[in-house]
Amino acid sequence: MKRTLIYGLMAEFDNPTDLVAAARQTYEAGYKKIDAYSPFPIEELGEAIGFHKNAVPLVVLIGGILGGLTGYLMQYWIATISYPINIAGRPMHSWPSFIVVTFEMTILFAGISAVFGMLALNGLPMPYHPVFNVPRFAFATKDRFFLIVFSSDPKYDTASTRAFLEALRPRSLSEVPG
Amino acid sequence: MDDSKQIVVTATNRQAPVIEPGHSFASVTDKISAIVLTRPTSNGWFVGFGVSFLLLMGMLYAVGYLFLKGVGIWGVNIPVGWGFAIVNFVWWIGIGHAGTLISAILLLLRQSWRNSINRFAEAMTLFAVAAAGMFPLLHLGRPWLFFWLFPYPNTMNYWPQFRSPLVWDVFAVSTYFTISLLFWFIGLIPDLATLRDRSENRWARMIYGMLAMGWRGSARHWARYETSYLLLAGLATPLVLSVHTVVSFDFAIGIVPGWHTTIFPPYFVAGAIYSGFAMVLMLAIPIRKFYGLEDFITERHLQNSAKVMLATGLIVAYGYAIEAFMGWYSGNRYDAYTLWNRLHGPYAFFYYMLLACNIFVPQVLWIRKLRKSPPALFLISGVILVGMWLERFIIVVVSLQRDFLNSSWGMYYPTRWDWMTYIGTIGMFLCAMFLFVRILPMISIFEMRTLLPQAEVKE
Repeated sequence: MKRTLIYGLMAEFDNPTDLVAAARQTYEAGYKKIDAYSPFPIEELGEAIGFHKNAVPLVVLIGGILGGLTGYLMQYWIATISYPINIAGRPMHSWPSFIVVTFEMTILFAGISAVFGMLALNGLPMPYHPVFNVPRFAFATKDRFFLIVFSSDPKYDTASTRAFLEALRPRSLSEVPG
Repeated sequence: MDDSKQIVVTATNRQAPVIEPGHSFASVTDKISAIVLTRPTSNGWFVGFGVSFLLLMGMLYAVGYLFLKGVGIWGVNIPVGWGFAIVNFVWWIGIGHAGTLISAILLLLRQSWRNSINRFAEAMTLFAVAAAGMFPLLHLGRPWLFFWLFPYPNTMNYWPQFRSPLVWDVFAVSTYFTISLLFWFIGLIPDLATLRDRSENRWARMIYGMLAMGWRGSARHWARYETSYLLLAGLATPLVLSVHTVVSFDFAIGIVPGWHTTIFPPYFVAGAIYSGFAMVLMLAIPIRKFYGLEDFITERHLQNSAKVMLATGLIVAYGYAIEAFMGWYSGNRYDAYTLWNRLHGPYAFFYYMLLACNIFVPQVLWIRKLRKSPPALFLISGVILVGMWLERFIIVVVSLQRDFLNSSWGMYYPTRWDWMTYIGTIGMFLCAMFLFVRILPMISIFEMRTLLPQAEVKE
């Protein structure tokens, strides 16, 4: 038995202003499980669909701290414990010489966390997604702007949601098969 | 509040625009993606790629012979043990710096003109760092054991020596390459999605689709994406400054006269950006001409790049002046002799050439008319690239050839294998650039869309 036949209802808009306005109205009307798609980043859009918790900075911070600790402790352990050699009479723990590698490791770990953290939080790579079933969605990477209300939203009802989205005067409205 | 906004608008209006008026989201998308997807590959592309490929093959031949015979085939010997390998390494890695400057530092400074040149400048960085990386590895003598440079548990019970700037360099350059690659790749993801949705060819759709990783432009994704991109820019900014600083430590930490100075880090970084912008212009000028991208890479970009070159060129000139001044002021006879040797020694001709190429010729950039002329800029950039190569030659060779003891003085002459390897890396770099402009969007499509007036949300 099929769980849901419809993944959501998708409205198409011509420009970012209409999309942001429509997203705000939809969110304010009580639809919480919504998403919007645009061919470029729109600053206002995240807040319009109620997206606030961005964990990327935390991931990068943790990555950077781990990288710095790894870099420094590795050098400390190598230079004083595992492979101590006297270089020009410097102390074994000659910390000023260790700063460069500590810095590079901090950047390396933080940068890798920024990229892979972002991809992981976004759930990418994801080769299949129901929104791609809508033929017009190919324009989401060109010049069209889309708003979707997921059928998993508690307030979702195919007829009334469709009527609500129609009222936002989209360019087109399509059902997204699940 | 409104007044100040007005002033900003008029101030920018006097300059050439970043993107010519009349474009829409669709026209920007079509114009850039068409270069990759629909435009037939021109004969010029095949000729250019072919020539570069031949040079690359020449390099592989030289490298093959090197593997067979060892570094004895090069001109390096005591006292000049570094020679072309290190000259070319520093030259290439310096060129790479402009790409990161454009993509990261100018992003943080909100210079929107960067959006049309950052993609291929980043590609230039990657290929330049790859070319740079060849040289220290080949110079190792036993390049197949290059992984000994990295700290990993091994049966020899040996670890790298972290008090050596050469080991710092391994970390700096490998981190730089990794971060540049990641930065470039996440910048490409939304454009790869565009190519996936635009291409008619089944294979192209599959390959671009796989690389785009299912990007669908969700608002949640964009929010995280923008944060991640900005943070990466913030991380890449100190990184790029650190890389050439660490390269300069390779010299400055040593005691050789002419190397042991504190001016090296800032002067190396300025020189890196100087030569990097020269390379950006040498690539941008033909690209905008042959692909008809004058709408996107406008006069404004050429002018701004010229101004950056002028500014960094003056910092480099200041570096030369201080080096000369310190030769006299330090009262150190070895430093003084290095200065004398530069001015009157066997390589004096190259020192005067260097002053001409890096200091005197670029001063013509004060003339606005020349800053606007693509052929003049192309020529001046070429001169600067030669000059910056000569600078590294002077630093490496002239300092080493005559240091403390005149019983151990000597001369350095590059051999044909040195030249084949060097010219071969130019071929490798150009090969990679030719492939890049053919198979990936060379201008960031989604960032160009954000530059259009209609991208703004009206409340």
